[in-house]
Amino acid sequence: MTLSRIAPYLQATPLTLILAAFLVLPIATIVMVSFWDYDSIQIFPDFVFTNYEETITSSVTWKTYLNTLKYTVIVWAVTLLVGFWVAYYLAFHIRSTTMQMVLFLVCTIPFLTSNIIRMISWIPFLGRNGLLNQTLMSMGLIDQPLEFLLFSDFAVVLAMVHLYTLFMVTPIFNTLMRIDRALIEAARDAGANAFQILTNVIIPLAKPGIAIGSIFVVTLVMGDFITVRFMSGGQSASVGLMMANQIALLQYPAAAANAVILLVLVLLLVAAILRIVNIRKEL
Amino acid sequence: MNSEKRGPGFYVLTAFFILFVLFLYGPLSTIFILSFQGPNGGLTFPMNGVSLRWFESLLFEQQAVGDFGGAFSRSLVLGLMTMLTTVVVSLLAGLAFRRRFFGSGPLFYLTIASLIVPSILISLGIGLAFNVFGLEPAWYSSAFGAHLTWTLPFGLLIMFAVFNRFNPAYEEAARDLGASPWQTFAHVVLPIILPSLVGVGLFGFTLSYDEFARTLMTSGSFNTLPLEIYGMTTNVTTPVLYALGTVTTLFSMAVILIALATIAVLRKRRARRLAG
Repeated sequence: MTLSRIAPYLQATPLTLILAAFLVLPIATIVMVSFWDYDSIQIFPDFVFTNYEETITSSVTWKTYLNTLKYTVIVWAVTLLVGFWVAYYLAFHIRSTTMQMVLFLVCTIPFLTSNIIRMISWIPFLGRNGLLNQTLMSMGLIDQPLEFLLFSDFAVVLAMVHLYTLFMVTPIFNTLMRIDRALIEAARDAGANAFQILTNVIIPLAKPGIAIGSIFVVTLVMGDFITVRFMSGGQSASVGLMMANQIALLQYPAAAANAVILLVLVLLLVAAILRIVNIRKEL
Repeated sequence: MNSEKRGPGFYVLTAFFILFVLFLYGPLSTIFILSFQGPNGGLTFPMNGVSLRWFESLLFEQQAVGDFGGAFSRSLVLGLMTMLTTVVVSLLAGLAFRRRFFGSGPLFYLTIASLIVPSILISLGIGLAFNVFGLEPAWYSSAFGAHLTWTLPFGLLIMFAVFNRFNPAYEEAARDLGASPWQTFAHVVLPIILPSLVGVGLFGFTLSYDEFARTLMTSGSFNTLPLEIYGMTTNVTTPVLYALGTVTTLFSMAVILIALATIAVLRKRRARRLAG
């Protein structure tokens, strides 16, 4: 029947059109505009490499990219550590399926609320007169408020871990749930202790989930600007923030050149993760 | 491993998990408490009395900056638009991907790319594209498209998970009994996947309702709620900010609970029908 042969094409058309209009076309526009020229009031079509030149030759750019990579590595390591153990606990220590679902939802609900509000909510906690400083002072552990808690790299990393750990928990939990429990039984019968089971059975089988979670966290942190701006109080830089500032100054071609470089870097990181771990089986 | 005794690892990890949940919810509860700050209270503890002053101010007084009501209704409408589109488009695409078709590979990678490309790039790209084509960005056009690039990949991945577990024997049985393709879909497939579609809708709505980075350059002249809240953080120095945080968080939670309850009811009804 002809209808059933063309049905998948009709069904895939809306998705294709939306992605073409709001993903492919905008990125093509960014690439195009990255070669345009601009002055203080407008941008105009051209074909110049100055935007790339200025971006690459500026030491500020390099520092900003390095700082962004630093955030990425730290946040990735912390979310992986926390996310893996949370997922492990849910998958192997919670025995009833209902309880697993309930606890998983408890972890998921904050993810479905506003990121901005979740960031704001750290202020009364970490601020100079915040809950943490007051508690530490009343316990006599410190004499004066700790200044580094809010508006610092520490606050940025803390907020990112708070916002993004779930992206690690979900895929890892998913792969752990699919591990055949007989394999663990077999490893134990063969004399493996808990640590050996973890390193020789569970972690290798959890690799696809770890890779997917890592891709999420790495891309989210690499592109982040709002957490950095908000939690560092404007004192730290990230690539996203640099772009946001260029956008605010209407330097669109410069922001576009930055965007292209960022996109290439993110894709290289993702490709590197995919080279190490094959996630095909997961999809 | 179900019957054995709990080892020390269990207690250590339970403590770790409890700490993690406290870490997730602790900060949120501080702004919840502080939004009931007394009329003379400030942005931090201690509480200076308890009052509803800041909620009153949020809901009934003209704020120096911002338009809470307008921003909320825009975000609500945009969230509903995104939700409906995400459900319909992901369902159709999910059905398409059950069969091999020319271009299915590239379309799949394109969808995943939509998830990986940093939000600010989508924001900048759509903003520039509208600029280049001489269109006026607005929350119902450019921001709507920007939100879809974030919600559709999630929707499609959920549909993949659903159809991977879907037993085609149900459809074959319906066909053998003489059902048309449409009848098979409407009376067999749809009722089975309905709870998952509610889940897709929940993702579509909440991700759009809370989206910030993708809206930044695409919302045009009127703010959505997250942009409004962000604007308030730089201008507002009273607990009104927390009252707003509490109100929108409670709203999000209510949406989540309604969706979960709907899923539970749908599941139960189906189980009862299968049993009876």
